[in-house]
Amino acid sequence: MADTVLFEFLHTEMVAELWAHDPDPGSGVSAGSRGEEVGATTGQKMSLSVLESMGFRVGQALGERLPRETLAFREELDVLKFLCKDLWVAVFQKQMDSLRTNHQGTYVLQDNSFPLLLPMASGLQYLEEAPKFLAFTCGLLRGALCTLGIESVVTASVAALPVCKFQVLIPKS
Amino acid sequence: MAVCIAVIAKENYPLYIRSTPTENELKFHYMVHTSLDVVDEKISAMGKALVDQRELYLGLLYPTEDYKVYGYVTNSKVKFVMVVDSSNTALRDNEIRSMFRKLHNSYTDVMCNPFYNPGDRIQSRWALLPVSDPVQVGPAFCVLLPSFCRTCLAILVAKMQPFGKQGRKGLFKL
Repeated sequence: MADTVLFEFLHTEMVAELWAHDPDPGSGVSAGSRGEEVGATTGQKMSLSVLESMGFRVGQALGERLPRETLAFREELDVLKFLCKDLWVAVFQKQMDSLRTNHQGTYVLQDNSFPLLLPMASGLQYLEEAPKFLAFTCGLLRGALCTLGIESVVTASVAALPVCKFQVLIPKS
Repeated sequence: MAVCIAVIAKENYPLYIRSTPTENELKFHYMVHTSLDVVDEKISAMGKALVDQRELYLGLLYPTEDYKVYGYVTNSKVKFVMVVDSSNTALRDNEIRSMFRKLHNSYTDVMCNPFYNPGDRIQSRWALLPVSDPVQVGPAFCVLLPSFCRTCLAILVAKMQPFGKQGRKGLFKL
């Protein structure tokens, strides 16, 4: 379907554009907890946090719009299941492949063929470049969780393209 | 019809309150405020009940001699409260539900507005237009500043027929 690639192209351009602004000597503000950036400069960290906050705002709006017809969630696990099924289907036209939890507030969502990484490579090529393509999606998850009432920290990791894992940490309050 | 509509955030502060300006607004604000307790009660009661699915529509919160108060809570814990004139007995449950559904749709649109920062007071002029004024007067006027709006509405209401049968029919189209 042509629709899916529209978002992928837009996302690719977003990452490319924000990454290109890297050479400015950013004033050491490194917000956002990102995965592996060996040797990343502060400018790069800022682009990642910009991407993540873009995803956050989109996630907030989606978190309001998508569950409109579904009835109220009863517990955290329901919310995570909603993310894996409805949100993922709405954005990427497929469901999340696996959801694991330790029931202590840590959830690992695994996608075995993440659509934003799929056109890049299959295997270990471009592994260092992969994290910046996951920043927006981390923000998306965090934003949706925030609207549904859950404060969280979302990080992503890639072992081999296109398999990626999103780790959601919900601090116990 | 609806005499007052309020959108209340998760942390229980109002995001949007609108009531018919011909009455004392403070009374409605107070009613909405007191109804929040009932809303919280209902939410916690539903949480404890072992029902498979929870409804978003909360139903009649409490009736007073002049007004009835209805509630609705979204998945993001944003509450909608609607105060309705008791004398209008023709109002059925599913009409209230459809009004809440429209309100929910308008709120979702506001949320998707890039100029809206979640948590701020809702100042979007067009998004809440379908429900921006409980009295169905010309939409052009209800988007202006509250004080100006009040004077305009007062003039319009004076020119309209007073609340007779025709007035009630006009109110139906919320």
